[in-house]
Amino acid sequence: MTLPFHIVKRPYMKTYQQVIVRLLAVLTAFAVTSILMLLLKKNPGKVLMALLYEPVKNGYFLVQTIKLAVVLLIISLGIGLAFKMKFWNIGAEGQIILGGIGASYFGLFHSDWPIYILLPVMLVASFVTGGMYGLIPAYFKARYNTNETLFTLMLNYIALSFLLFLQYGPWKGANAMRPEFDNFKKNALLPSLSSSKPWSDLHIGWILSLVMVAVVYIYMNHTKSGYEISVVGESVNTARYAGMNVRWITLRTMMLSAGICGIAGFVQVSGNLKKLSVNVAGGLGFTAIIIAWLSKLNPVVMIVASFLFSVMSKGAGFLEYQNISPAASEMIQGIILFCVLGAEFFVNYKIVRTNREVAK
Amino acid sequence: MIIASYIYIAVRVSIPVLLGITGAIFNEKAGNTNLGIEGMMYMGAFAGFYTAVATNSVIMTLIAACLFGAFGALIYAFATVSLRTNQVVAGLSLTIFGQGVARFLGNTLSGGKGESVRIPDAVTQKVSWKIPVLKDIPFLGRALFGYDMIIYLSIVLVVIAYFYINKTRTGLNLRAVGENPAAADAAGINVSLYKYVHICIGGAFCGLAGAYIGVVYLTTWGNNMIAGKGWIAVALVIFASWNPLKAIYGSLLFGITSLIALRFQDSPISPYLLEMLPYLVTVIILVITSVKIKKENQQPASCGVNYFREER
Repeated sequence: MTLPFHIVKRPYMKTYQQVIVRLLAVLTAFAVTSILMLLLKKNPGKVLMALLYEPVKNGYFLVQTIKLAVVLLIISLGIGLAFKMKFWNIGAEGQIILGGIGASYFGLFHSDWPIYILLPVMLVASFVTGGMYGLIPAYFKARYNTNETLFTLMLNYIALSFLLFLQYGPWKGANAMRPEFDNFKKNALLPSLSSSKPWSDLHIGWILSLVMVAVVYIYMNHTKSGYEISVVGESVNTARYAGMNVRWITLRTMMLSAGICGIAGFVQVSGNLKKLSVNVAGGLGFTAIIIAWLSKLNPVVMIVASFLFSVMSKGAGFLEYQNISPAASEMIQGIILFCVLGAEFFVNYKIVRTNREVAK
Repeated sequence: MIIASYIYIAVRVSIPVLLGITGAIFNEKAGNTNLGIEGMMYMGAFAGFYTAVATNSVIMTLIAACLFGAFGALIYAFATVSLRTNQVVAGLSLTIFGQGVARFLGNTLSGGKGESVRIPDAVTQKVSWKIPVLKDIPFLGRALFGYDMIIYLSIVLVVIAYFYINKTRTGLNLRAVGENPAAADAAGINVSLYKYVHICIGGAFCGLAGAYIGVVYLTTWGNNMIAGKGWIAVALVIFASWNPLKAIYGSLLFGITSLIALRFQDSPISPYLLEMLPYLVTVIILVITSVKIKKENQQPASCGVNYFREER
């Protein structure tokens, strides 16, 4: 079988061309979405307006969107570290929950501590509990090469059951009518820089997230241990020949990755939700996987991607006013993901005409 | 009698997982680790639900579910086989996409009014037709012959899958593609075609699994119908050591642990801790199988790596 064309590897593509290819992919995704909406007799313009414009329309909505973007950004940073090592950590959900539980232990039971002690303790606690939870699959991966994708995934369900157990059992709140966790006292809440509405609702989590972007960026690109992560990711054997301790690198990186996801849990309970709740993770761990991958694991690009996905997630709520299920947002995210993934092909390969004479 | 009904419940819970495992085996035998099983199950659940409500026909329901599951698989196959994207990320995308599509379209079933849509009684009755005399035998009647038709159909399909993969010529070629696509290519096997076809067959199995959950087991539309059964299926592939017949044990194990979680809710242990059980057992199985690796029970060698002829 000789096709009139064949596929060859493209040696490199200029950065601006790569950006154009990805933008085209996102536009294609919106085009596909519009066609789908037309088929379902919905107005695609209205759907895209709700998804992309409504969440940034005014200060009040914008603050909510930024708060979500902050959490998504932190989770993506964590996931990015593990993905760089080709350790498929899809257990961010569980790690967020555990981080949230760790932070909430101090937030609920030590709320008499002064705020400048309590908040740092909560931060550290969330990092440690989230990180420890990530160490379990990392240990078995490093020691026995146990499949980390499935392991981390199962731990999500286990963490959620544990959270429910706490909610209905030992940590049940004061409200006897409904099994809920208690709201945090003011000491345990992240403060805001501004005191005027709507910006007073924007807690300092955004500063934390930007600091983390800088730290992770420097760690990944300008330190020895950050470099080791990418070597292990490229080839475990190369890392071994170079004398790297692959097991230790795996454990260390996963502790960091899961710990950062744990911190996202802290920001959720102490900043966004103002209490522990079953919704502390609520699918964010999966959205963040998309963000991390679409950003090519680049922490700076993650800022933009997190914001975009936060806008779309918040936009899902506005779809309901038009009698469209908020799940449409999830579907559109899937379509974007496929389009951008497909576009990678044109970055890495090119299609050339087969020269018949040579083929024969 | 109570044991008979325990067996009955456990088997019904495990059937979708069994189909899911078989679907995943088809993918992995073709050299593709597909993490989109959950998404394809959601798609199958929606297609089955929609068709059952629209046509009242069991056969149409099953066909629609298989086709929609296979359609999900086709997107994945195009992304990984033709466009060579990372299999893990493509699979995750399929799960996110499939869930989104099913929930989005599923919610339009009720016309956006939020009422719960039910499977029509006509379909439920047709599905739960039982073999007349055998079903009345004490104990065996319920434990062996008391199920709906789709369960027997599923088991037959799984057995056929076993023979197809392990005892036929095309099955042998398929395994060659999964183990060493370059060698298979050199031997004249159309690697891309084999991958496409078997990924789609796998998707059809997953679609059927979803339809079972939606149409037969739950019978009311819900946004969280599949609830991780697809993921459990992916994990239990390892327990089944890529053999559809052993998948039967794997899925039964899941059925039994779920049964324990369902049945012992009055015990002093919190029901939420019991809910962990199936997942905990899956994790333990995962660890045990990775500690005790047997040479002959390995994942197909090329799993996770896309084949590009010009890269050899």
